[in-house]
Amino acid sequence: MPITIEMPKLSDTMTEGTLVKWIKRVGDTVAVGDVLAEVETDKATMEMEAFDEGVLSEIYVKDGEKVLIGQKLALLIGKGEAPGSTAPKDTGSKPAAESAPSAVKQPPSDGEPKTAEAKAEPEQPKKEDQAVPSPGSVEPHIGDRVKASPLARKLAADSGVDLSRMQGSGPGGRIVRADVEAAAQGVKKGPAALPPAPKPQPVIPALDDKRIPLSGMRKTIASRLLESKTTIPHFYLQSEINAEPLVKLRKEINDAAEAAGMGKVTVNDFILKATAVAASRVPLANAAFEGESIIQYANVQLACAVAVEEGLVTPVIRAAQKKSLSQISGEIKDLAARARSKKLKPEEYQGGTITVSNLGGYGVEQFFAIINPPQAVIVSVGTIVKKPVVNEAGQIVPGQRLIIGISCDHRVVDGAVGAQFLGELKKLLECPPLMLI
Amino acid sequence: MPLITYREALKTALSEEIERDENVVILGEEVAQYNGAYKITEGLWKRYGDKRLIDTPISEAGFLGMGIGAAMLGLRPVMELMFWSFAYVAFDQIINNAGCVRYMSGGLLNVPIVIRGPANGGTNVGATHSHTPENLLGNTPGLKVVTPATAYDAKGLMKTAIRDNDPVMVMENTLLYGEKWEVPQEEYLIPLGVADVKRAGTDITLIAHGRAVITCLKAAGLLEAEHEIHAEVIDLRSIRPLDEDAILESVRKTHRALVVEENKPFCGIASQIAAMIQEKAFDELDAPVGRLSSIDAPAIYSPPLEKKQLPDPQRVINKVLQIC
Amino acid sequence: METLANPPAYAEAAINKQLTNDDKVRLLRDMFRIRRFEQTSLKYYNLGKMGGFLHLYSGQEAVAVGTISLLGKNDHVITAYRDHGHAIAVGMDMKPLMAELFGKATGCSKGKGGSMHFFAPDKNFWGGHGIVGGQTPLGAGIAFALKYKGLRGCCLCYLGDGAINQGPFHEALNLAELFKLPVIYVIENNGYSMGTSQKRSSAFRGTLAQRAEAYNMAWDVCKGEDIYEVRARTQIAVDRAHNESEPTILEIQTYRYYGHSVADANAKKYRTPEEIETYKSKHDPLRVWTQHLVNEGIITEQEVEQIDTDAKEETNQAVQFAEESPLPEEGDIIRGVYREVDEQTEAAAHGRYFFNT
Repeated sequence: MPITIEMPKLSDTMTEGTLVKWIKRVGDTVAVGDVLAEVETDKATMEMEAFDEGVLSEIYVKDGEKVLIGQKLALLIGKGEAPGSTAPKDTGSKPAAESAPSAVKQPPSDGEPKTAEAKAEPEQPKKEDQAVPSPGSVEPHIGDRVKASPLARKLAADSGVDLSRMQGSGPGGRIVRADVEAAAQGVKKGPAALPPAPKPQPVIPALDDKRIPLSGMRKTIASRLLESKTTIPHFYLQSEINAEPLVKLRKEINDAAEAAGMGKVTVNDFILKATAVAASRVPLANAAFEGESIIQYANVQLACAVAVEEGLVTPVIRAAQKKSLSQISGEIKDLAARARSKKLKPEEYQGGTITVSNLGGYGVEQFFAIINPPQAVIVSVGTIVKKPVVNEAGQIVPGQRLIIGISCDHRVVDGAVGAQFLGELKKLLECPPLMLI
Repeated sequence: MPLITYREALKTALSEEIERDENVVILGEEVAQYNGAYKITEGLWKRYGDKRLIDTPISEAGFLGMGIGAAMLGLRPVMELMFWSFAYVAFDQIINNAGCVRYMSGGLLNVPIVIRGPANGGTNVGATHSHTPENLLGNTPGLKVVTPATAYDAKGLMKTAIRDNDPVMVMENTLLYGEKWEVPQEEYLIPLGVADVKRAGTDITLIAHGRAVITCLKAAGLLEAEHEIHAEVIDLRSIRPLDEDAILESVRKTHRALVVEENKPFCGIASQIAAMIQEKAFDELDAPVGRLSSIDAPAIYSPPLEKKQLPDPQRVINKVLQIC
Repeated sequence: METLANPPAYAEAAINKQLTNDDKVRLLRDMFRIRRFEQTSLKYYNLGKMGGFLHLYSGQEAVAVGTISLLGKNDHVITAYRDHGHAIAVGMDMKPLMAELFGKATGCSKGKGGSMHFFAPDKNFWGGHGIVGGQTPLGAGIAFALKYKGLRGCCLCYLGDGAINQGPFHEALNLAELFKLPVIYVIENNGYSMGTSQKRSSAFRGTLAQRAEAYNMAWDVCKGEDIYEVRARTQIAVDRAHNESEPTILEIQTYRYYGHSVADANAKKYRTPEEIETYKSKHDPLRVWTQHLVNEGIITEQEVEQIDTDAKEETNQAVQFAEESPLPEEGDIIRGVYREVDEQTEAAAHGRYFFNT
């Protein structure tokens, strides 16, 4: 079995190394412990030893070249083995992306990464003056207490503005400087108006900056997603799924399919199928806002985000609720392939009623996609992560988990409906045979 | 201006001061013949010999105490700690002797010593090797604490520390040693107690020291590009003496502040600064002063987890978005 | 192969006569397991699978395996940061050890301690300590507790030759003799205090262990390449601790094949390649012990090869376990700090413990 030799990590602070010189040449026999080359790290020149025996068959990096840790340096093959006879053991390879990813940008998270601190800390009654409302939520004034920043109070006192009649635009509804200044100038502002946007400062261009003209697709993405994020009141729900039954069933199906010479199914195929079924069971999630009314669609026209060279397209599986897992699997494979080779017809990527975006193939654990207008719901799918979980007996055991998020248009879908849809999705994915009947 | 590493900048400072003042002597584990565990003193033993560069046994309490005694008699020892974490073996010497002897003698004794070495997490060397004692030592009147973030500052501050007549603790960072910045070849000094505005802005002041400055600069770039928030970044450079004026001047302009540190949150540098701002600039504040520190536990070993334990640009951005 | 296997006297020592053939093979197997574990650790460190430092035990195997083979149920072990050999010798499973190096949740310290911080109190193994000399007062403390509880046992406290100049070690020596504690300070003398040779780091008369005289403490010196010698000489100190409750400094001369740690950039500069090669070819503890067992007709060269192959397979399985294990979760960072909080006891009901804003 050929073995790839990579730039080793030779110290606690090393990120890259210079291959000063090769001691062994192509064709040389190598024993465990032999010095292969000299490598210069951030600290000193050190010897790189062989961990395996064999014959040095290829060298990819010349003397004096600087390379990052983990980059391939050479290939070692067994004695008598022909170079390239077997694929090299590549320790750095990633599993192939399982599904069509979406390039939709993740909205900024409005909290710190969760540290589960609350879980580790003993529960304690929250004193009222310590309670900090989550950012963005607006709290009404309670009693006579007006929430205003020290600066806003000072400015209000100076200009004679009455704070008790104002609605703050700061985090937690706090009255901030901008609110007082606006009030002082008599500018009429709506509730919770935003402070004036600061003027963007021009970035001084550098010679090697690149200007990339917008392609047609990029312009469409830009305008549609800007419209979505700024006009649709998004809210987000997420749920952690026990993915073990899914992984198991998929393996069984694929083993059987392989034996029968049929195509394999991906995790994403199951998610598409489950979304189609869940959307038909909770029809309010398969809907759109149309000014004076809400349209509830009879069919689930299931869009699936596919990353292509220029950006992103969302081909649609028609009446997906009526299709079997293998039909969905076959259709999305065909659509994704043609999307990448730019051979989709417009009718094949228009008219979706709900969208799935899957970044699991990129190792993303969780995210929330921007809604694909005029639809009301988009499903965001993360990667399956192995981690310790608590089983029913209260023991910590290895488990497999998948985080599904949904972004909803609050004008169409309320929290309870979103939760119902997500719950349906969870039920199906945790007991996947349910989606097959 | 040539681009040189933080490591070379420190070495240049040591070399220039050895040549300038015959009382400057460098002591520590592996500083001479081995060229320094992190190669800060590389080549200096060869150039200046056994008298100026001295390898000590692994005896931090003993050799730091020896340096303090020698400083009382007028030498200017520069003591290397392989890690600042190893100073914990020698706290009596540093705090009781270097920190208090001038005071207790009614000003008769002075300790012009420099104790330097890396004080950082982020290299997965475990809890015992990842301490950041700038708050502990800053808490001792009598000691000065300096935390350079760039090669330019490292050179100028190190030279000033050596010439300073009080004990100066210089806390470096192994993750910065290999980073390059522009550093002039000509001699310069940076006074202790003068902060540096590393990036100008109007909407929020990010206050940091050491490597957290670099984190803030990255975050400030992203905040401008993605959120149109213009953050000002202040590098404290020295913790004690502390440039309060620079902080207050900036907060009076931006009306918001976030203090970022790789120190732990309880009674850390950020707590001190947050308290100072609310005391001295209360009416200037348009939002509560924010703090972002390392997650409050001993340094975890597991490499991907330790990365999450320390502040990174995304955590800075999240925190800024809560404040602005 | 030229061997420096010791004169028959050590093989004839009572404590060695008690060894069965199976015992002797087990000792060989443990040394091979340690060597393969260290080689494999280095390989995966170089592949970027681990962080921080890695202090390898290769070359010193007979010290940990020989001394620990003497211990009974009330005998305890504590060491410094070069701790992989001791951990394997006390019987820790390789899988959680390797997983610890990989920073995984299944590691022996849940991915929190890393290479320098292995612990197994259920096997009387108290770590794994990162700061030079820091474990030496703890060794006295373990011995103090044994004596206090009236247990017939001792503590083997290992340290390197560089650690003998730390203040806490001297304070511990004074306490150990003053309070007559059953502790044995085993100085594993590999000749180098990091990159500084013994003669440039320590002032001493005769030998390092002789410093014990200043504390009126018993001391001894022996070579660390032959398990028979290590066991015979260590047993004297163990008997002293068990029978008289008296401490000992036992200096065992040994050698490390790699640098102080993987980050030791000068490992082949302060020592000549000839010096390393000489030890490997003439004093290697695995070779010396193999030679004994072959001479005694206990084992064949083929069986030795099989032991090595088994050790390699075991480390490979440990790597696979480590690779497949999950990382700790972000919430785990603040778990394990306070016992009362972890266990949600009454004591933890009041006040705030963690200050993440």
